[in-house]
Amino acid sequence: MSFRDQHDLHKRRFSRNLGLGLVLAAFVALVFGLTVVKVGVEGFAMKPQNEVQD
Amino acid sequence: MSDASLNTASTQQGDAEFGDYFALLKPRVMTLVVFTAFVGLLAAPVGVHPLVGFAAILFIAVGGGASGALNMWWDADIDRVMKRTRKRPIPAGKVSEDEAFAFGITLAGFAVVMLGLATNLLAAGLLAFTIFFYVVIYSMWLKRWTPQNIVIGGAAGAFPPMIGWAAATGTISIESILMFALIFMWTPPHFWALALFMRSDYDEAGVPMLTVTHGRRATRIHILVYTLLLAGLAIATAFTSVGGPIYLTVAIVLNAAFLIGALRIWRRDEGMAEDDNYAVEKKFFRLSLYYLFAHFVAIALEASLVPFGLGGW
Repeated sequence: MSFRDQHDLHKRRFSRNLGLGLVLAAFVALVFGLTVVKVGVEGFAMKPQNEVQD
Repeated sequence: MSDASLNTASTQQGDAEFGDYFALLKPRVMTLVVFTAFVGLLAAPVGVHPLVGFAAILFIAVGGGASGALNMWWDADIDRVMKRTRKRPIPAGKVSEDEAFAFGITLAGFAVVMLGLATNLLAAGLLAFTIFFYVVIYSMWLKRWTPQNIVIGGAAGAFPPMIGWAAATGTISIESILMFALIFMWTPPHFWALALFMRSDYDEAGVPMLTVTHGRRATRIHILVYTLLLAGLAIATAFTSVGGPIYLTVAIVLNAAFLIGALRIWRRDEGMAEDDNYAVEKKFFRLSLYYLFAHFVAIALEASLVPFGLGGW
C-alpha cells in the first residue's frame, strides 16, 4: 500500500505541522531575543570572579 | 510496520487544520485584547524595551486566546444551538471538546509563565486571574445563572489594558483602573444592544440575558443608565495622566453621540423597533464599536505625543 499525499487528510495535517513548526521557530527566536535584552539591561551583572570565590 | 495515524475511523472526522486551532482562540476578540493591552503599555509612564513590550502583548493575547478556547470547550452545547456560533470549530466537528480543553489549558499556563518571565509577577498574576475570571466565574458560573452575566463577565475583557500597564510599571494605578472601568462599563450597553436584535438566539440557547428574564423595556432602561455612568467615567479619565485635550474632545463628542443613541433606544417600544427592523439598536451597536476604539486611540495618541511636548495636559 502506498501513501497518497494528495488526500485531504494529508493536506490538513501538513498545514497543522507547518503551522506548529513556524510557531515553535518564532518562539525560539523570541526567547533568544528576550534573553539578549534581559542580559543587556543595566543592573543585570555577574558578580566579579574574586567575590564569587570569597 | 504499522501506522496508527492511518486508522481512518479516527481521522476522517475532526482532523483539524492549523486554522481551526487558531479559530479556537477567538481571533476577533483577541484583536481587542491586543489593542487595549498595547494602549495600556504605551500609556504607562515607564518605558519598556520594544521586544519586551511585544512579548508582553503576545503573551497577553495568547492568554486571552486560551480563555477563548476554554470558553468554547465549556459552551460547546450552547454554541451548537446559536446561529452566531454554530460554525465554531467544536460544533462544526473539526476539533473535539477534549482537544479544545487540552489546547486551552496548556496555552493558558504557558502564557502566564512566559508573561511572568518576560515582565513581572503582577502582570502574570493579573493574566492568570483574567483567565480564571472568564472561564470559571463568567463561563461556568454566571453566564447561565444570572441576567447580570454580561455586567460581571465584562470584567474579563476589561483587564488587558491593566495588564499592559502592569507589565510596564509593575503596579496598578488610578489610570489603569480607569481604563479597566471604561471597558467594564461599556460592555453591558454594547451586549444588551446586540441582545435586543439577536433575541431568538439567546432564547433558544437558554442563556438568561436581561432581554429574556426582565423583558425588553428593562433592557432599554439598563442601556440608558449604564451609558450615563459610562459617560461620566469616560470624561473623568480625560483629567488623569493618560488623558489630555485630544482625549477630552473625543470623549465629549462620542459620549454625546452614545447618549443620544441610548436615549433613542429608551424612548422606543418593541412595535417601533420591529417596524424598522431594529435600525436604532443596530446603529447603537455599531457606534459602540467605534466608541471604544476611538477612546483607546485617543489615549495612545496622547501618550505618543508626549515626547514631542504635545500630549497630555
